Amino acid sequence: MTDFTKFDRRQVLKFGAAGAATLGAAPLIFSKNAWAETFRNDPGSKKSVTLGFNVPQTGAYADEGADELRAYKLAVKHLNGEGDGGMLNTFTPSTLKGNGILGKKVEFTTGDTQTKSDAARASAKRMIEKDGALMITGGSSSGVAVAVQGLCQESGIIFMAGLTHSNDTTGKDKRRYGFRHFFNAYMSGAALGPVLKKEYGTERRAYHLTADYTWGWTQEESMRKFTEEMGWETVAAVKTPVGAGDFSQYITPVLNSGADVLILNHYGKDMINSLTQAVQFGLRDKQVNGKNFEIVVPLFSRLMAQGAGDNIKGILGSTNWNWSLQDEGSKAFVKSFGAEYGNPPSMAAHTCYVQTLLYANACEQAGTFYPPEVIKSLEGFKFDGMGNGPTEYRAEDHQCFKDVLVVRGKQEPSSQFDLLEVVEVTPRAQVEYDAKIFGGELGPYKV
Amino acid sequence: MKKINVNDTTLFLSFAAVILLMPIWLSPFGAAYPDLLQKFAIYGIFAIGFNILFGLTGYLSFGHAAFLGVGSYAAVWSFKLFTMNVLPAVAFGIFFAGLLALAIGFLSLRRSGIYFSILTLAFAQMSYNLAYSVLTPITNGETGLQLTSNDPRWIDAMYKTPEAGLPSTELFGLTMNGYPGFYFCAVILIICFYISLRIFRSPFGLTLRGIKTNQKRMKYTGFNTRPYMLAAFVISGMYAGLAGSLLAITDPLAGAERMQWTASGEVVLMTILGGVGTLVGPMLGAGLIKYFENIFSSFNSGTLHEVFSFLPDGLEVVVVKVTGLFVGSGWHLTLGLLFMIVVIFLPGGIVEGVQKLARLFRPKTDDDPQAPAPQKQAAE
Repeated sequence: MTDFTKFDRRQVLKFGAAGAATLGAAPLIFSKNAWAETFRNDPGSKKSVTLGFNVPQTGAYADEGADELRAYKLAVKHLNGEGDGGMLNTFTPSTLKGNGILGKKVEFTTGDTQTKSDAARASAKRMIEKDGALMITGGSSSGVAVAVQGLCQESGIIFMAGLTHSNDTTGKDKRRYGFRHFFNAYMSGAALGPVLKKEYGTERRAYHLTADYTWGWTQEESMRKFTEEMGWETVAAVKTPVGAGDFSQYITPVLNSGADVLILNHYGKDMINSLTQAVQFGLRDKQVNGKNFEIVVPLFSRLMAQGAGDNIKGILGSTNWNWSLQDEGSKAFVKSFGAEYGNPPSMAAHTCYVQTLLYANACEQAGTFYPPEVIKSLEGFKFDGMGNGPTEYRAEDHQCFKDVLVVRGKQEPSSQFDLLEVVEVTPRAQVEYDAKIFGGELGPYKV
Repeated sequence: MKKINVNDTTLFLSFAAVILLMPIWLSPFGAAYPDLLQKFAIYGIFAIGFNILFGLTGYLSFGHAAFLGVGSYAAVWSFKLFTMNVLPAVAFGIFFAGLLALAIGFLSLRRSGIYFSILTLAFAQMSYNLAYSVLTPITNGETGLQLTSNDPRWIDAMYKTPEAGLPSTELFGLTMNGYPGFYFCAVILIICFYISLRIFRSPFGLTLRGIKTNQKRMKYTGFNTRPYMLAAFVISGMYAGLAGSLLAITDPLAGAERMQWTASGEVVLMTILGGVGTLVGPMLGAGLIKYFENIFSSFNSGTLHEVFSFLPDGLEVVVVKVTGLFVGSGWHLTLGLLFMIVVIFLPGGIVEGVQKLARLFRPKTDDDPQAPAPQKQAAE
């Protein structure tokens, strides 16, 4: 040890660097060929596969996240052949047998996105690097979905987006490894436009309050596009921070703005708070320009309706799915979800459940877990019996196309869950658009 | 001070060895996967830098996350505009964080104690809000700044044709995710540790300690303390910027939440948990907190309840509920308890605990060959 005293700084540095280099290089040599022949997290001869459920368990979208997790657990049960099978019985064309995926038992790992991109990516990385997740799904915020989708593309892991409504997810930020079953802001606008025209006329002045991130921006853009096309005027569009809690400072200016419609581009607890406060400020009892003041919430869910209570009554919005639908797939899903948890599923739960089944089925169809093959079998896949009627995964942007529901808060709910009535089912053709309008590119199959 | 003494040499070498061997000795704890290892190294740098300010001068900055965030944004912009090579990103991260630290430090250091802390907190919160909503064209707000395929990347564009898909960060061809990313961070961490070691042992470090002990007396002896303080503040800001740029290097995304006051508080916790003013303490604290955040938070509520089942039933529910109200997820609770225990019983942090243990066993183990446990070298 005494020899060290003779070392000067330069020598110490030199030896340190040499040592560091050797130590640093050694594990690289071992890991270099680890994924060369095969793909990331290949289950190989293992008896089970792991799926990663990355949902917000805290933050403004925590309610949706909790319901999503319930749906994922139910989907895993059904895939493994437990329970009553749910939509496995109504899903066509399906090759799912209720014996896991490709004969391997389905297991899962969960994580909390905290509705933050950083935390969501850290949690997804843990699932990929530590838990060996073969597919990541979830997210209840488009910001998070876009961030995690990018990560999954880089890691070569398929991402089945959960509740994400921004045009960007399958628009300018679309990825080869990302898929979205949920509808988007453009479709909401396209479906809501004609209904708003019929209900409120063409001479309206709209005021937007918008959640300040990718979803809010595209939601506002789409709503403005469709309302302005039919003659509405946009008085102002104000961005509000996500998770603000108190929206009174944003709602007060609405009163004197001369607007007669308030469009709330908010979601989750934000929407519950902003809507409740808007009603408390007496907006709905007001008369402006000789018309009744109206509030519109473009993206609606039953969970939010439940949170907003009486304030939701009579308010128009759009939704991806509602549990009161009477097709076979919806009924089967509502029944098994209700039997398991004692309440009907939300639309967030529905899309997450469907996404898990779609991924499993794509693996079965491809006969392998190899992502490029699984992606190819999802692209352009047409299916039915999942609650939305005939649906197609468009190959160009990995967006599902299906009918969109325009809903209204029920005036006289028959139960605490029966809060939304379907005003119109907008056919798929009316909400369809050219995949090129949002730009972006999918990227390579092999990463 | 031309040579570092034996103790420091062994301390430095064993620190380097422990850091580089982390993938091996952390695997029994379920923590040996690249992402978490990278976080250990990066937040280690952050905490070591913070300790240069807080540990040596005693000035408690509550706004260090601002520098971390600026470092991240600068690095991502370097990837977007110039090249995917990580070295310019590191340089930009350090430079811009240093610049911001100079500005904030110049103003904040006019006050000391709690006023200084509040000023730094205010500046950091301002930076956060700027990044979150005002400067959206530069920071992309809540969504976070990300790479896109149509970024110019001027320098890269000159030398090679872009491949399909997004490029990944690289060091002359070596991609910086997974283990290579960790070793890159680890080498930088070791260099940072060495610099911090030299600062601690230098006359400059001694001056800073003098300021901590009695600033007035320092002034009476003819020292103008302000430049020393500012230098310490900027150095520690640059450390934070470096950590921020490394975050962007291992994962090219920069979000405003990195600048939130909770992130500033986190580094304070790391430093206090590990041991303020010690050399290895901040690194220990950073590792511990990141371990809790990533591993404990992945336990579901069932596991969490098991962990805390030693508490009486009612109390357990109350404690979980109360902390849940403030922070939301369960791992903060565990961390909070640990923090309380450390602050009450070991004000010197984990390092003090290890020293106490070592002292307890010293008479018996005097003849035994010294165990190579790294913590025991933390004789500070």
